[in-house]
Amino acid sequence: MTTQVTYPANAYPVPEEEHHDPGENTLFGFWLYLMTDCLLFASVFATWGVLYFATDGGPGPKDLFELDYVAIETAALLVSSITYGFAMISAHAGRKGGALFWLAVTFVCGLVFIGMEVNEFHHLIAEGAGPQRSAFLTAFFSLVGMHGLHVTAGLLWMIVMMIEVSKRGLGGKTLTRLGCLSMFWHFLDVVWICVFTTVYLMGAL
Amino acid sequence: MFGKLTLDAIPYHEPIIVITLAVVGLVGLFVAASVTKMGKWGYLWREWLTSVDHKRLGIMYIILALVMLIRGFADAVMMRTQLAVATGGSEGYLPPEHYDQIFTAHGVIMIIFMAMPMMIGLMNIVLPLQIGARDVAFPFLNNLSFWLSVGGAVLINLSLGVGEFAKTGWVAYPPLSGLSYSPGVGVDYYIWALQISGLGTLLTGVNFLVTVFKMRAPGMKLMDMPIFTWTCTWANILIVASFPILTAVLGMLTLDRYLDFHFFTNEGGGNAMMYINLFWAWGHPEVYILILPAFGIFSEVISTFTGKRLFGYKSMVWASGAISILGFIVWLHHFFTMGSSANVNAFFGVATMIISIPTGVKLFNWLFTIYRGRLRFAVPVLWTLGFMVTFTIGGMTGVLLAVPGADFVLHNSLFLIAHFHNTIIGGAVFGYLAGIAFWFPKATGFHMNERLGKAAFWFWQIGFYVAFMPLYVLGFMGMTRRLNHTDNPLWEPWLYLAAFGAGLILIGVVCQLVQLFVSIRDREQNKAEGDPWNGHTLEWSTTSPPPFYNFASTPIVEGIDAYTTAKEKGYAGWRPEKFAPIHMPRNTSAGILMAGFLTVMGFALIWHIWWLAGASFVATIVTLLVRAYDNDVDYYVQPDEIERIEGSAAGAKVAEQV
Repeated sequence: MTTQVTYPANAYPVPEEEHHDPGENTLFGFWLYLMTDCLLFASVFATWGVLYFATDGGPGPKDLFELDYVAIETAALLVSSITYGFAMISAHAGRKGGALFWLAVTFVCGLVFIGMEVNEFHHLIAEGAGPQRSAFLTAFFSLVGMHGLHVTAGLLWMIVMMIEVSKRGLGGKTLTRLGCLSMFWHFLDVVWICVFTTVYLMGAL
Repeated sequence: MFGKLTLDAIPYHEPIIVITLAVVGLVGLFVAASVTKMGKWGYLWREWLTSVDHKRLGIMYIILALVMLIRGFADAVMMRTQLAVATGGSEGYLPPEHYDQIFTAHGVIMIIFMAMPMMIGLMNIVLPLQIGARDVAFPFLNNLSFWLSVGGAVLINLSLGVGEFAKTGWVAYPPLSGLSYSPGVGVDYYIWALQISGLGTLLTGVNFLVTVFKMRAPGMKLMDMPIFTWTCTWANILIVASFPILTAVLGMLTLDRYLDFHFFTNEGGGNAMMYINLFWAWGHPEVYILILPAFGIFSEVISTFTGKRLFGYKSMVWASGAISILGFIVWLHHFFTMGSSANVNAFFGVATMIISIPTGVKLFNWLFTIYRGRLRFAVPVLWTLGFMVTFTIGGMTGVLLAVPGADFVLHNSLFLIAHFHNTIIGGAVFGYLAGIAFWFPKATGFHMNERLGKAAFWFWQIGFYVAFMPLYVLGFMGMTRRLNHTDNPLWEPWLYLAAFGAGLILIGVVCQLVQLFVSIRDREQNKAEGDPWNGHTLEWSTTSPPPFYNFASTPIVEGIDAYTTAKEKGYAGWRPEKFAPIHMPRNTSAGILMAGFLTVMGFALIWHIWWLAGASFVATIVTLLVRAYDNDVDYYVQPDEIERIEGSAAGAKVAEQV
């Protein structure tokens, strides 16, 4: 049975989307997730602010932080953001070798950053300035350590992505994932700039 | 090998707990035996437990919510009967250490494991249909979110039989919840149950925001979205903006308890008020997460059953937005007694009172929608009218509590308990129950029994007033919350009355369970059509229950109330001559496996079984990677199959291809 019905102009036939584009949705969804991660950091930053003066008679920021050391650490992370950008340029251009090379450089920079952070933590704990010493140190270790855990997760993810790129090339799904990791990596950079400013710079003043 | 876990953790010397466990075990055995007898395990696994279909996940969320409602309600009945008998020198039947776990569990369960799954369940069933989508943006994540909620619920129920639950109240304030004052595993159960289910909720928030922003049917602008979709969207914005704060604050409490950190301890310069601030920076938005979707349900119900379009659609959207934003700047009213300056308290008091303005806008919008309409008194409408009266009272006692001076008198008294039950039961729960009655025929294809539904409503409604109005009185008489036994003859009659009210609500709950049973038994006689209520929005334009792909062809949307417009213009129920292939996701077992591993990890962390925690975390990541590198995750439904499914809808109008 065919009945003539009225329907809005241009409404029919509605083209069925051949594929609901998962790439664009994934990037948007991941960005939203990063915003929630941002609030996670914001909560810990707020706690850092509240507990800043609660040194409980123990060492304070001026006694502990070495700006020169942290400057090198910061440089390693900032450079890794640029090199990740190069990796994305290569990936979008379809240059598999270039993408892998820049991902490897990024990985090494990230590893330098984490290595230096672990070394700093180790020294502080050895000096008796561990997170159990005072609320101030609790907040310091938690804020910096949470960022460090994120970077570590990013590094592990980067290993997975390097394997994926070398085995599967630079298909649509892989590019989307590289894009997510890219946002994650740059986001951690931005967070670190806040950490560097509020924790180390303001602490050393 | 097993950390702190020994056989002593099983409370076999507590008769109440042993009997409860026996009953739960028997019910579980009965269900398992019935499924085995019917040979349905394979079906259950393939079609439900691993399903990525938002409608099935929604139904499973609501089943979870109903199970937890029974658990939380049993706790409530125990508390009310304890308080009714434990007067005048008697200590009642619940010793303090057990009673404290009960009131903690009651709060956590009702908020996190009853109200949230019921809200998210309704959102799952309805929201993608309302925007004309085939599914949510990330169907696999949706399945994972559900199982993470289940994982949290499993942990909290496990605490009943293995170890103990927190004795801190549902807010778990330090230093009481710190290691010095709560050395047992109760608070750890609390932490990991909330963290695991909270992760699920956060993913749901992200998932549905992407769905709403990216997957609306062509032609549907944001200001054309159905009002329930809008209020859910505001709730999802609140979820992604507030749940990270809960994650953070629970993480800090975890570090205090596990690694001897000093965030909230008395020693080392810790600051317990920081916990309380952060907790309520999540906790206050959380109550709006619960209530806003309920407001959306009432709007849908009122506009459908008056046969009119909703009055003041735009003001409804913006009122919800205003409530969402204001909901973030009032958290301090939960602890006016903290000792902030008068100016700080005044700011938060005024901000709190301002929320009553957008809420009032909504109430008047509903009244004006009813005005000159022909209201049909179906069950969803009864819940809505009950809400409008009850919630107004709860709102006004809220404004009273927002006056810092009054709050100093009423803080932590039963007046407060009466107030928030007044808003959460009279607002959120009534809303969800209206929503279930409203969308039940859509989700299942048959109607609920009307008479039992009405009986349930009246027992709930009257029972609510009898149970909670005495608490307002008791609050004014000076009775504080979380008392185990009392010794004031003036309070006794009110405590008896409140217990009687809980009994009336119990009859209401029983009516609902019987109603479910009767409705399922008589389903053949009560079949529902696609559009049983003469609805406005797209979910009513497809069959009941909808096919797994929701719509055989992408719906046409012109403005607000797309289906009403289609009916008015005469193109409702049309179908194209030829169907196009439909792209659908495949079911996956990765969600249930990952959530299962994370639940085991939670259990291991609670009992300090470090190797198991590490192993299950690695197993979660491995499962995720296996899923990520599985390429067979979707498929196309071919036109001939759509034709076969849709063919049964005989007499459908076929639009001519132009």
